[in-house]
Order: sequence, then C-alpha cells, then structure tokens
Amino acid sequence: MRLSFLLALAWLALVTLAAVFADLLPLPDPDAQSLLDMLAPPGAAHWAGADSLGRDVLSRTLHGFRVTLVVSLGSVAFALVVGGALGICAGYFRGLTEGATLTVVNVLLAFPPLVLIIAMVAYPGDPLMKVVLALGIVFTPAMVRIARANTLVFADREFVTAARAAGMSDARLIWRELLPNLLPALLAYGLLMIAIGALAEAALSFLGLSVPPPTPTLGQMMASEQTNVMEAPHAVFFPAGMLFLTIFALNMVGEEVQRRVDGREGAA
Amino acid sequence: MRRLPRPVRLAGSVGLTLLAASLVSFLLVALLPGDIALIILADSATPERVAALRADLGLDQPLPVRYVQWLGDVLSGDFGRGVHSGVPTLDLILQRLPVTLELIVLTQILALGIAVPLGIWSAYRRGRAVDHATLSGCLAFLSTPPFVLGLLLIYVFALNLRWLPATGFSPLSDGLGANLRSMILPVVSLAMIEVPVYLRLLRSEMIGTLQQNFISLARGMGLPTWRILFENALRPSSLNLITVVGINMGRLMGGAIVIEQMFALPGLGQLLVQSIYAQDYIVLQGIVLFVAVMFVAINLLTDLVYSLVDPRISMGGRS
Repeated sequence: MRLSFLLALAWLALVTLAAVFADLLPLPDPDAQSLLDMLAPPGAAHWAGADSLGRDVLSRTLHGFRVTLVVSLGSVAFALVVGGALGICAGYFRGLTEGATLTVVNVLLAFPPLVLIIAMVAYPGDPLMKVVLALGIVFTPAMVRIARANTLVFADREFVTAARAAGMSDARLIWRELLPNLLPALLAYGLLMIAIGALAEAALSFLGLSVPPPTPTLGQMMASEQTNVMEAPHAVFFPAGMLFLTIFALNMVGEEVQRRVDGREGAA
Repeated sequence: MRRLPRPVRLAGSVGLTLLAASLVSFLLVALLPGDIALIILADSATPERVAALRADLGLDQPLPVRYVQWLGDVLSGDFGRGVHSGVPTLDLILQRLPVTLELIVLTQILALGIAVPLGIWSAYRRGRAVDHATLSGCLAFLSTPPFVLGLLLIYVFALNLRWLPATGFSPLSDGLGANLRSMILPVVSLAMIEVPVYLRLLRSEMIGTLQQNFISLARGMGLPTWRILFENALRPSSLNLITVVGINMGRLMGGAIVIEQMFALPGLGQLLVQSIYAQDYIVLQGIVLFVAVMFVAINLLTDLVYSLVDPRISMGGRS
C-alpha cells in the first residue's frame, strides 16, 4: 500500500506540473494542424501520435488536463467553502438555520446529479464558470451533510462548552475551536470529490457541454476522434488512458487519506 | 407531542419534495436572463412567434401566478410543447422512456448479478488473493468513466471482433434477440461502474454478518457453506445495498445520458442532450421535472421494499 500510495502521489504531481507548464514543454502547439500528419501513429515527431486534423495528441491531452484541473479543483473548493460554512452553521446553531439548510439540501438531492448539472450548464454564460459552478452546486449538499454531522459530534464536547463559558463569540468559536477539528474530515472527503469532478468534467466535455473548442478537453478529444478509432486508436485511447490513470491515482490517494482520517477520529 | 404515523409523514415529505422539485424546474426556465421567448426561439424568432410564445408562457403575468398556472398545466399532463417541433413534451418523454428504462433495469440486473456473488465470495475469503484482486478491480472500474469503457468495448467487440453492433438501437419489434444484442455493450459499459459500489458495500456488510452467532450456529449444525452464505447471511447483509440500489437510479440516469449519446440509443438522455443543443428550454424543463418525479417515486419504492425485507421496520404508527 505504501509504495502504490507514493506512486499515485508522484503521478498526480507529474500530471499537474505537466498541465500547468504545458506551454513551456518542448511540445508542438496543441492547435497546430498539419494535414501531412493526419492520424499519424505515435513516433518521433508526435510522441502520442496525431489526431484527424494532424494535431499533437500528447500536447492536446496535457492542455486538456488544465480544464480538468480547474474544473475539479474549483468546484470542490466551492463546495468546501459554501457547503462547509452552511453545514457548520446548521450543526452549530440548529433550529431554523438547520431546518432551512437541510430543506434546500434535500431538494437538490431530489435531482439526479448529472441531470441537474446539464440543466445548469444549458444557461447562457461563460462556459468554464458555468461548469465549475454547476459542479460546485451539485457537490455542496454532500459537503453540508458531512460538515453538519461532524459539527454535531464536536458541538457538545467539553472544549466547546469551556470556550463558550469563557465568553468566546460564536464566530470566533467556530473559527478557532470547531473548524480545525472539522477540516481533516472535510478535506479528506473533498479529495475524493476531486476524482468525481474530473469524471464529471470528462462526461460533460464528451457531450460537448464543457468548454467549447478550440480549447482542448479530454472528453471532447475522445468524442471527436471516436469515428476514427479503427485507423488511429491512439487518438482516443491515449487521452482515455491518461484520464483513467489520473482518476485511479486520485481515488487511491483519496481512499488512503480517508482511511487515516477515519482512524484518527475513531481513536479520539 | 405524538408523532404522526409513518405513512402520513412519508406522504408529507414526498409531497414537499415534489413541490420543491417543481419549483426548481419552473425557475430553471423563468430565471433565464433576458427575454425568455427570444432566447428560446433564438434564430427562428419572428415577431409573431415571439408574441405567440410569450402568450403561451404567460410572460406578462407576475412570477407566482405563472408558477401556479404552469403547475396546473403540468398536473393535467401538459408539459408544454417543443419550441421547434411543436410536439407535446410529455409525448416526447413517454416515447423515449422505455429505452432508458430498459437500459437502467438491465444495467441494475447485470451489476447485481456480478456484484452479489463476487461480494459474498470476497467477504467469505477476506484477506485472501481473491479478495485483494476483487478490491483492486473495484478501484480500477470506479476510476473508469463509462464512456471510456464504452469506447474500449466498441473498439474490441464491435469493430475488431465484429460480434456486436457498434451503435444504434433495435426496438423490441425487431425481435428480442436483436433488441438485446443492441443493448449488450451499453449495458455492460454502464454496469461495470456500478459493480464496485455494490460489491464493496455488500462485502463490508457481509463481513459483519459472518461474525454473528447465528452464522456460527448454522455452521455448527453442519449446513453447507453456500446455503449459509446465500440463505442465512445474504438477507441481513443486503439492507444498505437495497437503499443504494434505489439511490443509484439517479446516478444511472446521469450515466445513461452519456451512454445513450455515445451508442445512439433513442432514450430520455439523448432527448435531454438534443434539447440543450437546440436550446429547447421547454423540453429541457419537462425532462428535468419528469426525471425528478421518477427519482422521488423510486426512492419511495425503495423505502417500501426496505420495510418488507427488514421486518423490524414497520409501516405502522407505533412511535
């Protein structure tokens, strides 16, 4: 488990760095078309081959990961901040705050997630913003529930009562006493959500509902090369494989962290 | 305060959820920024058509009035008409519903058919090679987007081996064999991402059950292992599984959108995607509402099945 955990971490670091610094790497322009290289197999000029417009598949995949990265990290950050804040308030103040929050959460949960995301993405507006927001909103209910459940556990503990008796204000108490105790559980769950976000972005871009071309996205690369899969399997399966490995690594790291956080709480 | 009987509470919460779902679906269209009629008609907007659509949607009325009117229409089965086609939305939905239902039901059957025996075996052989292999496989399939698996299956079984059609749908009127053949690849693509969810859940519940006294008793009585596993241990271990299978209907509905698009199956998911490409917000609204209602109904059904399997949960009013 240790070695595979480290390998997964290394892979994630590698992909993230390659995506962030994709412009600095000695790779062809992701949008540069070359009719001579149409569907070229992997070789010296194109390490992962070229697609039906003669564009470099490796370069496009790395640039595609930028969208994956922004969408999955952005949406999880949104859910962490909004869902975390709502959940902590619901669990701390109880009463009307809790009732109202849980009602909204239950309504959101009444919709199948991808249907809700697609309905929101159908709105006019900046594509990247829309996708991040739509995913963030769909991730929020789960985060609210986890934040609330964990707050309920800590809200009755002695150190909270003591802090309140010492005259600490609610806002300060939540910030200084509760939040540090809740953060491990929230972040561990957020880590698993990043994988779900990456999967959802791939599904959306496969349907053509994420960031539009010419910006490369992994799902859109696969969708547009699907018809050429016999002549040039690399154009479909290279981005597919990279996506799979990355999500696999994310799940592996996420589950390991989740296990450790759970163990820590059990021991407390 | 005496608690209300469970059926009453259940009906109340279902009613509230449905009402809220209808409000969300309504606001989905009502909150579109700008002139909704112009947005919906887009390029095909002529003054007459805009005026007709405005009147149809009752745009000159205040929002709450519009909601009540719209809700009344919906309750009497009028989900509005497709902006471009003019076909009633409910007809469009009902026409495509069977394909999606077939896809989802077959997927659940296949996923459970794989997950239940493997989950039981894995729990029985906990910590052995079989268990490790199963769990690693689970993590791998959990990390595979259904359309990636679909592409791989098309590449291998349709294009290279030519065993199965790559895309397209054969209705039941073409015969059961042809219908099922066109469903195999989509169903497998969708089922394999559900298997790990079911398998891991059943495995962990099963491990708990197998440590109980009544299992030791059954073993002591000399019952064969397969009977203990399938008859004595499976039922008490499957309660959470039933809930998750019910909840997963929604996840599958999402997966079905991508899979239907990829395999060209004329289902609800394909209609949803097409309505977005065509910016037909009325059809989109109809589908979102319809799916939410279906989803709530399935969750209610899951609750009922749950109480049948576990006799400790009764539908009676005892508090």
